[in-house]
Amino acid sequence: MAARDVGIVSFAQARNVRRANQVAVEMLMPVLTEAVEQSGIPRREIGFWCSGSCDYMAGQPFSFVQAVDAIGAWPPIVESHVEMDGAWALYEAWVKLQLGEIDSALVFGYGKSSSGLLRRVMTLQLDPFYLAPLWIDSISMAALQARLLLEGGVVTEEAMAGVVARSRAAARGNANAQLAGEVTVEELLAEPMFANPLRLHDCPPVSDGAAAVVLAAGDLARSVCSRPAWIRGIDHRIEAHALGVRDLTTSPSAALAASKAGVHDDKVDVAELHAPFSYQELILRTAMGLKDTVDVNPSGGALGANPMMAAGLIRFGEAAQRIWSGTADRAVAHATSGPCLQQNLVCVLEGS
Amino acid sequence: MTDAAVEPVRSIRTPIRIEYVYSAGHAASRFLHALAEGRIVGQRCPVCQRVYVPPRGSCPTDAVATSEEIELPHVGTVTTFCVVRVPFKGMRIELPYVTAQILLDGAHIALMHMVSGVPAEQVRMGMRVEAVWKPREEWGTTLENIMYFKPTGEPDADYDTYKAYL
Repeated sequence: MAARDVGIVSFAQARNVRRANQVAVEMLMPVLTEAVEQSGIPRREIGFWCSGSCDYMAGQPFSFVQAVDAIGAWPPIVESHVEMDGAWALYEAWVKLQLGEIDSALVFGYGKSSSGLLRRVMTLQLDPFYLAPLWIDSISMAALQARLLLEGGVVTEEAMAGVVARSRAAARGNANAQLAGEVTVEELLAEPMFANPLRLHDCPPVSDGAAAVVLAAGDLARSVCSRPAWIRGIDHRIEAHALGVRDLTTSPSAALAASKAGVHDDKVDVAELHAPFSYQELILRTAMGLKDTVDVNPSGGALGANPMMAAGLIRFGEAAQRIWSGTADRAVAHATSGPCLQQNLVCVLEGS
Repeated sequence: MTDAAVEPVRSIRTPIRIEYVYSAGHAASRFLHALAEGRIVGQRCPVCQRVYVPPRGSCPTDAVATSEEIELPHVGTVTTFCVVRVPFKGMRIELPYVTAQILLDGAHIALMHMVSGVPAEQVRMGMRVEAVWKPREEWGTTLENIMYFKPTGEPDADYDTYKAYL
């Protein structure tokens, strides 16, 4: 059966900041309003609302329920939530659109990373018996992965710094980014180690943020958007939870998801990769088979801003924007979750 | 070695402690600062005109920001209540006491507080009450500035005036 045409028709995001003096609802409201208005679909006609957020981030159970105040759930709406990045909420909405139950969906993701000590909060995603009690945190795990790559000759410190320099330079064009500017590889390599072999700039900034996209099917998408970013393939793959059984120098899950999503079926113009740590972009480029001609992370990527539970969804929005503007005919959007690129979601967007 | 030879591990202890620093947010911050000045402020929805107190910065029905601030009187109506007679851990108030949903005049959502200054068995739906504040020098950015609500002595409010807010 041929997939139903479903496209991204609008995208909005909050300005990423180190600490937002707002509650989630206040942070979300302008973002949702902008996404709805930009979509041209009246709010009460949107068929489905799906969000991604994390209770551990908020430090409260069922924290996503509060976000419903930003939606306007009266008359009652059809709503769902994933305890993951909003990119996975987009996947759920896409499946529902494929089933033909609805013609449009608003997907959002948000996170206030600043409420807790993020790297410690991230420890709680690990298995509760063997790893979490050791309190190995997200930066330390990334450092372990980077060490394997450097010692194995898979990446170099220069290449990692090169990713940072290019991301910061690209982020100058992104008003929502936290870190942007002109830096050279030499300057970056002169910086001290933060969690050896990672320097601070190899790690993503801690960001509070939110993002929303509207998906629409077929004729509705064509009627509200002159050039929807059509989802031509989407695939999600997961590796084992235990770090010890994985080959951390590569990403079989990203490779498989890219292949299943159809990344290699045609030329790729732009790829927005959710690579929170500099070296992860290098793993992903190789695993996903992206050629050097691909414009990777023109937004500055997660090294420019990394709002937890929204940074993956933002990659979809940024990629879609390049389709709308005509800068790209074919774009790849990618989101990751779990420690050391454990889970990977890959999507191919096309302008026609 | 068979399974039977292994003593089953029935539990392990893995203590977890994470500290969080919350932001009250813009709307709640204004509410809390107003309390420190002896005022109760809510916010009005520009679409449905409902007044929310405490304000959350949004109208959950219309999904719009509620920026217009409304100062509310310190008088309202008990819409529903509960007499607490069972002791519990961490209890700071003498039993029995009454927690109540109080609809301040001009508000469209009830505020949770205590009713005192009257025997518990006399508290009833529709009872008119007013806020009793702590001495001014003890005020902070907290709803605890109001110790409790006490009866005003006015006749009870008509059920029709608050039935939509139960």
